Amino acid sequence: MYPDVWGREIDIKKEILKDFPILGRKIGGKRLIYLDSTATSQKPIQVLDVIYEFYSRSNSNVHRGIYKLSEESTEAYEKSREKIKKFIGARDKREIIFTRNATESLNLIAYSWGSQIIRKGDNILLTVMEHHSNLLPWRRIAREKKANIHYIGITKDGRLDLSELDNYSKLEPKILAITHVSNVLGTINPIKDLAKWIHDLGGFIVVDGAQSVPHMPVDVNDLDADFLVFSGHKMLGPTGIGVLYGKFEILDEMEPFLVGGEMISRVTLKDESWNELPWKFEAGTPNYVGAIALGMAIDYLNALGMDWVYNHERRLVRYALDKLLDVPGIKIYGPLDDRDRGGIISFTMDNVHPHDIATLLDEDGICIRSGHHCAQPLHDILGVPATARASFYIYNWEEDIDALTASLMKIHKLFAI
Amino acid sequence: MGYELYLEHILDHYRNPRNYGKLDDATVKHTDTNIPCGDELTYYLKIEDNKISKVGFIGQGCVLSMASASILSEKIKNMEIDEINKLDEEYIYNILGIRPGPARSKCVLLSLKVLKKAVEKLDRV
Ligand SMILES: Cc1ncc(COP(=O)(O)O)c(C=O)c1O
Repeated sequence: MYPDVWGREIDIKKEILKDFPILGRKIGGKRLIYLDSTATSQKPIQVLDVIYEFYSRSNSNVHRGIYKLSEESTEAYEKSREKIKKFIGARDKREIIFTRNATESLNLIAYSWGSQIIRKGDNILLTVMEHHSNLLPWRRIAREKKANIHYIGITKDGRLDLSELDNYSKLEPKILAITHVSNVLGTINPIKDLAKWIHDLGGFIVVDGAQSVPHMPVDVNDLDADFLVFSGHKMLGPTGIGVLYGKFEILDEMEPFLVGGEMISRVTLKDESWNELPWKFEAGTPNYVGAIALGMAIDYLNALGMDWVYNHERRLVRYALDKLLDVPGIKIYGPLDDRDRGGIISFTMDNVHPHDIATLLDEDGICIRSGHHCAQPLHDILGVPATARASFYIYNWEEDIDALTASLMKIHKLFAI
Repeated sequence: MGYELYLEHILDHYRNPRNYGKLDDATVKHTDTNIPCGDELTYYLKIEDNKISKVGFIGQGCVLSMASASILSEKIKNMEIDEINKLDEEYIYNILGIRPGPARSKCVLLSLKVLKKAVEKLDRV
C-alpha cells in the first residue's frame, strides 16, 4: 500500500497497471510481460490522453500566433520546459533545450560546442561502456580537429576502472563524456566525483542521462554536470522528444546547431542574429505536443516520487539477481551488488545464443532484447558478440521476474544435451 | 513464432553440425556475418567438374543460423554451380521446414548469402 497524491492509501500496483493499456494485451494467449524499458518505456493513459486532447482542443503552432489557441500552445510548451527544469534541478529554464532524443542532444553538443572548444592535440575522455550515441559524435569531432580519444576501462565486475584516472589526469582532458547508467551493465557511475575530478583539471563533463533520468532522482546542480541529455520515450513520454540541459554560461556562448525559423531574432538579406536561449537551439517547428506529453510523463513520475521509482527497481534487481543466478549456465554481466546498479540485467546462457533466448521468451509473452544494444566496443571487451537483456520499470513486479526465470529454465532444458 | 522453430531436426543439426570444419583443399571459401547478431559463418567449397565435391563450414551463432548452415551443407554436395545460382530463400525455408518471422529470417538466410558469395568468387579464381 502506498499513499497517493491525496494522501489516500492505494494499491499502487493495481493503480499503475490500470494506467498502461498495453500491459493488458495478450501475446499468443499469454499475458504481455514487458522487460525492455531500457529500449523504450510504455506510456500511461495520462500521457496518451494529453496528446489526443491537445490535438483535438488547442492545436496551433507555438510562438508565432497571437490568437488564443497559439497562446495556449505556447504556454503549455513553456510550462513543460519549467517542469523539466524542476525535475532535474536546473536553475534556469533557459538551460532546457528540446531536441528529438538523447542522440540528437549529444550530436548538438559535440558539433556546436565541441567544434568551438576542441583544438588539435586536445584529449577527449570517454568510457568503454558508452552507447554508440555517446561515442561516434566525439570520434567525429576528434577526427576533424585531430584531437585524441581515450577510454576509461572497466573492472571484472563491470564498474569503471577508476585506478586509471591518475594516468588520465596527466593528459588534462578537455571533455569527459560519460553515461550515468550503463544500458548494458546497469552500472551506476560516480558522476559527482568524476565531475569534481574533471573540473579540477579544467575540463567539462557531458553526462548521458538516457538511463538515469527515467529511473532515479537526478539533480544537475548536485552532480555539477555541465551537460545532461536524455530521451522522453524512455521515461513514459512519446517518441521524438528529448532534452539537452546545459549550464547557461556555456549554452550562451555556443553557436546554434540547426539554423532556420524560430531560432533567429532578426534576419535581413545580408545577415542575421540569433534568438536568445533556449530558442536559439530550437530551429523550426518543435515537437511541442511531444514536449507537453513529456511534461505529463514527468507529472506521473513525480506523483510516484523518483525515490519510489529508484527503490522499486532496486528491489526488483535484487530479486532478479537472486532468481536468475539459479538458472543453470547463466552468466550475468555487471555489478552483482544492487546498490550501484540500475534496473538492467544483461546475461548469456551456455550453449544458447541470445537471439534464441529472445525468440523463445517471446513465445511466453516475455519481451526482452538481444544483441549488442548499441554498445559493440563493450561487447568486444566482455568477449561475447551479443547478450540478452531484461530491464525493469515502474510497471514491473516480482511475478514478471518469476515468469522470466521459469521460461529460462524451460529454455535451458530444451538445449541441455 | 517461437518453440515451433526449434524442431527436433533443427536442434539436432545445431548440436551435431554436419560437415563442420575447415577444408584444407578448398577451391574457395567465404566468410560473412550478421552484424546485429554477431552470427559468423564461413563456407569452404571444393569444386570439381563444375560441381561441389566437398563442403565444410565453421562458424558461431544462434541455433537458426548454424542449423541452416549444416542442413544446407548436406544439400549442396554434388550440386552443379548453375543449380547453386538458382537457389533462393524459398529453398532454404523448404529444406529447413520452418519459416521464421522477419526478425529471425536473416539468421536462417546467412547460409545462403555466404554460399552465393563463395560461388561468385569462383569466376575470379
Ligand atoms: C545510455 C544510452 N544513451 C543513449 C541512448 C540513445 O537514446 P535515443 O535512441 O533515444 O537517442 C540510449 C538508448 O538506447 C542509451 O541507453
